[in-house]
Amino acid sequence: MFVRRTLPLLVSAVFGVALILQFFVPHPASKNFYNMMLDWLIIVSAFTYLIAVQSTVELHFTKIKRKVEGWQYSIIVLIALFVTAFLGVFGGAFMPTTLWMKIFPSVKPSDTTPLMYTYLYMQMPMQSTIFSLLAFYMASAAFRSFRARSFDATLLLITAGIVTLGRVPLGEFIYKGLPDVVEWILKYPNMAAQRGILIGVQLGIIATSIKIILGIEGKYLGGGK
Amino acid sequence: MKNKILFFIFIIISSILIFPQNEILKDEPVFRVDSTIVSEFKVEDVSNDDGSRLEISCQKVLEGENYSFTLYRKEFDDTVFKTVKIFQSLPLKIVDEGLSYQKKYQYYLSVTDSSGNESEKCLIGEYSPKANLFKTDKVILFLMIIFYTMIIIYLVESVRKGKDLFVRKISGLDTLDEAVGRATEMGRPVLYVPGSSSMSDIATIASLNILGPVAKKIAEYETKLIVPNRDPIVMTVAKEVVKESYSEAGRPDVYNDNDIFFLTDSQFGYAAAISGIMTREKPATNLLLGMFWAESLIMAEAGNTTGAIQIAGTDAVTQLPFFITSCDYTIIGEELYAASAYLSREPLLLGTLKAQDYLKGFIIFVITLYFVILLISWITGGNLVFLSKILEILRFIFKS
Repeated sequence: MFVRRTLPLLVSAVFGVALILQFFVPHPASKNFYNMMLDWLIIVSAFTYLIAVQSTVELHFTKIKRKVEGWQYSIIVLIALFVTAFLGVFGGAFMPTTLWMKIFPSVKPSDTTPLMYTYLYMQMPMQSTIFSLLAFYMASAAFRSFRARSFDATLLLITAGIVTLGRVPLGEFIYKGLPDVVEWILKYPNMAAQRGILIGVQLGIIATSIKIILGIEGKYLGGGK
Repeated sequence: MKNKILFFIFIIISSILIFPQNEILKDEPVFRVDSTIVSEFKVEDVSNDDGSRLEISCQKVLEGENYSFTLYRKEFDDTVFKTVKIFQSLPLKIVDEGLSYQKKYQYYLSVTDSSGNESEKCLIGEYSPKANLFKTDKVILFLMIIFYTMIIIYLVESVRKGKDLFVRKISGLDTLDEAVGRATEMGRPVLYVPGSSSMSDIATIASLNILGPVAKKIAEYETKLIVPNRDPIVMTVAKEVVKESYSEAGRPDVYNDNDIFFLTDSQFGYAAAISGIMTREKPATNLLLGMFWAESLIMAEAGNTTGAIQIAGTDAVTQLPFFITSCDYTIIGEELYAASAYLSREPLLLGTLKAQDYLKGFIIFVITLYFVILLISWITGGNLVFLSKILEILRFIFKS
């Protein structure tokens, strides 16, 4: 019980208070303490990736072993995982400036490592593809939310229409002052609402932090109380 | 002979007189730094810093195109001069950065004419920056935190003594039971996404605090729970939270370690994988709670197309419109942090929830007060001095 709950709560309380005080102390010793904390965080994070690999391997091995639906994809995941890890660790040996150029004289020297190559020409395009879906999802979401079913929805529809028009050259062509109207909408009613939410959020963040420091909140450690 | 001796003496005396004069002409610059200018220079420590900065200022007004001034800095026990700034006109106000509070610095000034002749360096003074122990400009913030902590402690103690607190209804959280029940009836899993951020984000901690009661309910209903993660630490904590909740519900046998897993740390890879899970597994309920960025709409829209009941919650203001559009219920901002207390109804946690409301009320009061005083001041044309003083104090508080 002490190791599972009391000790983590104690560590949270001590470091929580120390880091709050650190914020108010500009002395270099305080900065060094903060930087040391960041270094610890990086070190711990680096080790947790071993847990991530273990989780991924275990999950997909189980899927393959039990032949669950779509188990073939798990093979692709595992191959991709091991090939990427191999390129990351031993990729330097396959740099075009070394081994490849000896075997294939036509290969030109390059600074791009094989790992970087997979990142630039495989991972990045795939990420961009998913990101590009946002445009279509935005259109479908806008279509759904802009239906004037109630007074609120109608107000939203009108405001969205004005802001959309004001953001494109056509809006200025229709009415010269439209971009200014849009600026006003974004700067005042929109900003006021955002700040209202943000004040609540900040108070919530402080309250949660204090709860953790005081040991009132401990659900994140597992268990009810 | 006498004349020869006298001539010889004359030559020697002349040489002696001429020689040092030649030396002066050779070494002494054509002009000097004006001592009145030097006396005007002030070097002061910058307050509320780590002792790495000194402010150098000169109030004297001087303009001229023919001269330029060079400000040098030298460590006390060093011989190397470093140019701090070259300037042509006064007054001057600069901050010299990158210093150490453990060292002593000497500042020198020289003047260069239009031909490029530089005078000798004239010492302004010796200074050592001070490393401060408290940011005095943050004192209001510090007092506010203490005040807020005191309110929390007071309310927690009041609740402990039996005081009953009213908590307003949060429909998004009230629906959680219904959403889990729906998944059970349909025989489909519940998908819980604890956000895309790491454990250092308070929104993630808030999300994991909600995961506990949700997992307990799911365990009672014997429904499958899927928790995909983007961060390995979050995954480890989520596993622990779910395992404990299943144990609390008396169903540790239903817990499956493989249902809480790591996906990828790539933002859009994570969104794509979750969209895939939504399409393949067809969860009856999707809970998207935590910190989200641009991927929020991809997940929410993918879930919407599968017909699942969706409850989303985030403190990211820019993502809230997407969730409101695509999800059935949205937990907005602070409600995410209130969720833990709201769901568990633990008296101690409810005390903190109330403290949140009281401070929010106080902030609204101060903002309203500022607005009213500003309005009165505007109507009276700013003639009321005491109102201006109050406004000044309020502005200082806001700034802090």
